[in-house]
Amino acid sequence: MAGSPVQVTGTVLTTRRVDAYHALTVVAPGIADRFRPGHFVTVAVGGRNSSMLTRRAFTIHDVKPDYGGTVELVFAVRGPGTAWLADLRARDTLDMVGPLGRPFPLPRDPCTCVLVGDEHGAAPLFALGDALQQRGCRIDFVLGASSADRVFGALRARRMGETTTLTTEDGSLGMRGTVTDVLPGVIADARADVVYACGPMETLRGVTAVAVEFDIPVQVAVEESMACGIGVCMTCVVPVIGDDGVTRMVRACTEGPVFRGERVRFDDVGTIPFDALGAPGGRHA
Amino acid sequence: MTADLRTYLAHVELPNPVLTASGCGGTGRELAQFSDVHRLGAFVTRSITMAPRAGRPTPRMAETPSGLLNAVGLQGPGVEAFLERELPWLAERGARTVVSIGGGTVAEYTALARRLAGAEGITAVEINLSCPNVEDRGRVFARDGSAAAEVVASVRAATPYEVPVIAKLSPDVADIVAVARACVDGGADALAMINTPVGMSIDVDTMRPALAAGTGGLSGPAIRPLAVRCVWQVHAALPGVPIVGMGGVTTGRDALELVLAGACAVAVGTALFHDPYACPRVLRELEELLEERGFDRLADAVGLAHRPAGAQPLSRSDLEESSL
Ligand SMILES: Cc1cc2nc3c(=O)[nH]c(=O)nc-3n(C[C@H](O)[C@H](O)[C@H](O)COP(=O)(O)OP(=O)(O)OC[C@H]3O[C@@H](n4cnc5c(N)ncnc54)[C@H](O)[C@@H]3O)c2cc1C
Ligand SMILES: Cc1cc2nc3c(=O)[nH]c(=O)nc-3n(C[C@H](O)[C@H](O)[C@H](O)COP(=O)(O)O)c2cc1C
Ligand code: FES
Repeated sequence: MAGSPVQVTGTVLTTRRVDAYHALTVVAPGIADRFRPGHFVTVAVGGRNSSMLTRRAFTIHDVKPDYGGTVELVFAVRGPGTAWLADLRARDTLDMVGPLGRPFPLPRDPCTCVLVGDEHGAAPLFALGDALQQRGCRIDFVLGASSADRVFGALRARRMGETTTLTTEDGSLGMRGTVTDVLPGVIADARADVVYACGPMETLRGVTAVAVEFDIPVQVAVEESMACGIGVCMTCVVPVIGDDGVTRMVRACTEGPVFRGERVRFDDVGTIPFDALGAPGGRHA
Repeated sequence: MTADLRTYLAHVELPNPVLTASGCGGTGRELAQFSDVHRLGAFVTRSITMAPRAGRPTPRMAETPSGLLNAVGLQGPGVEAFLERELPWLAERGARTVVSIGGGTVAEYTALARRLAGAEGITAVEINLSCPNVEDRGRVFARDGSAAAEVVASVRAATPYEVPVIAKLSPDVADIVAVARACVDGGADALAMINTPVGMSIDVDTMRPALAAGTGGLSGPAIRPLAVRCVWQVHAALPGVPIVGMGGVTTGRDALELVLAGACAVAVGTALFHDPYACPRVLRELEELLEERGFDRLADAVGLAHRPAGAQPLSRSDLEESSL
């Protein structure tokens, strides 16, 4: 990890709508400097004396050197916190902590990578794609969502990727179905060496199953409900198998959000597997 | 003129009164990325248990108005790993460490206290009494004065005399003063309050409880009036007993409120999730507020709200004119 996170009071530079999403560019030099693809930030929502105590986590979509360093977030309105964010205007301030989490590991040698993004999960993939291309990797995109207006970054993917495959559940754009449905074909055609994926747990479970089928490594960025983002509250845990073969409830915010897909026990998310370290009545208890 | 912020937990001096709340500061390493742990009045660990614990399933948290419901379930590595990996790190950084302990039986609390007894770098032991007593059908120790007193007495007996033992109380009781008194009679050198009252939230979309565990502990500013009331009542009844006040402290003003109610130290919990710099900020703000009000010493503000109505607020000029 490139240095420790910082808390900054960023100034909103621009806001824009991208189909179903809002994009927010914030001047936050300390965070932009340390950014690696896969990092996320947390923001305080609701202003001073807010009644919303937990910070909201967002992947960093992009950083630029302008004004000493800017950070761009892409988000969909979901509840009161994201609704507040969507009302921000240029020159408003935003309390931001980052960069946080374990970024995507990059391959040492050039190889072929499939980048899978479901809904806003596409947000971190373009910075990742840039980093991979700088290392001489070939990249292919698979982007999906429930409907066309929720597929993020299709144009940019078409410009960057060797191939781009789009899916929507309602068939309004690309193939009808999910990213998982088309992934085997994309991996086979590209002769992919590695898969990177970001999206809801259910998608990551499906993507991991496909990669395992092809016997290629898969790096997934998980999204678990977070209160602090810095590793102190223990609310964001997922069951992950360690190098020693032992399953632990690990913090998605600090040990993740990027994990090797086959290490995440997707079927057991939302439970404490009986064989996890410290499980009630378990063998390690 | 800067106010003297030193405070005492029994005979142990702390350079300032702002602590982390148990379970809210991680291992210390996470907060150290933002500010030095040795600058805290003390670092309070999450509640350490004998064996490793995986905790509760997710979702473990739900946000409520000015509050947070959590059901983490004391996830932790167990006392051996704590002594091997976490305590030495804190000691190296010069942090004053208050080790919180949690157990399901009196014997387990006692065994924990014994295991900690030899370890270097423990400033105080805090007993988290909000744990279900497995020998009493899961009734929480903190709800039963005699069970709480029994835990306190056996932990006190197993802990070196120079290490103060703090009993942490729950507000979910009919008479918090009775439980506080039982703990002090059992040998507690200080009290901490409040732990989280039990609450619940239901997701109206899924039409299911928002937390996997169903219920959870409520924290944050939503519970501050409850904390102020508990500290007030206990300080009134037991004015000589040091109290670590907590519950919704997010600013120096909130800390001062608890101090005026009778706390000689305050702990910051949920606010750390919102602001990783909360502890040094609360301390700075508290110091400013004390100075603005003419206090030379934090100690002079402790419990001051208990003075009779109509009495003049204490100010520096009053002190200078007084015959004291
Ligand atoms: C590492 C990470 C990266 C993320 N990146 C993005 C992104 O790039 N774009 C985007 O649109 N969304 C992203 N999310 C999801 C985003 O954090 C939630 O949509 C947001 O917190 C919802 O807040 P709210 O107040 O609008 O909704 P509410 O549902 O009212 O939120 C209530 C509480 O639940 C938490 N919460 C709710 N949903 C989620 C969720 N899916 N993940 C984490 N916490 C949640 C909130 O933090 C808050 O504490 C990311 C989440 C994580 C963990
Ligand atoms: C996520 C979380 C975990 C906690 N874990 C513990 C714990 O392990 N032991 C304990 O005694 N109290 C624990 N608490 C309670 C706090 O120490 C504190 O008493 C309470 O949250 C009120 O303070 P606050 O409003 O400042 O958070 C926890 C609270 C939270 C929010
Ligand atoms: S979000 Fe608090 S520990 Fe991960």
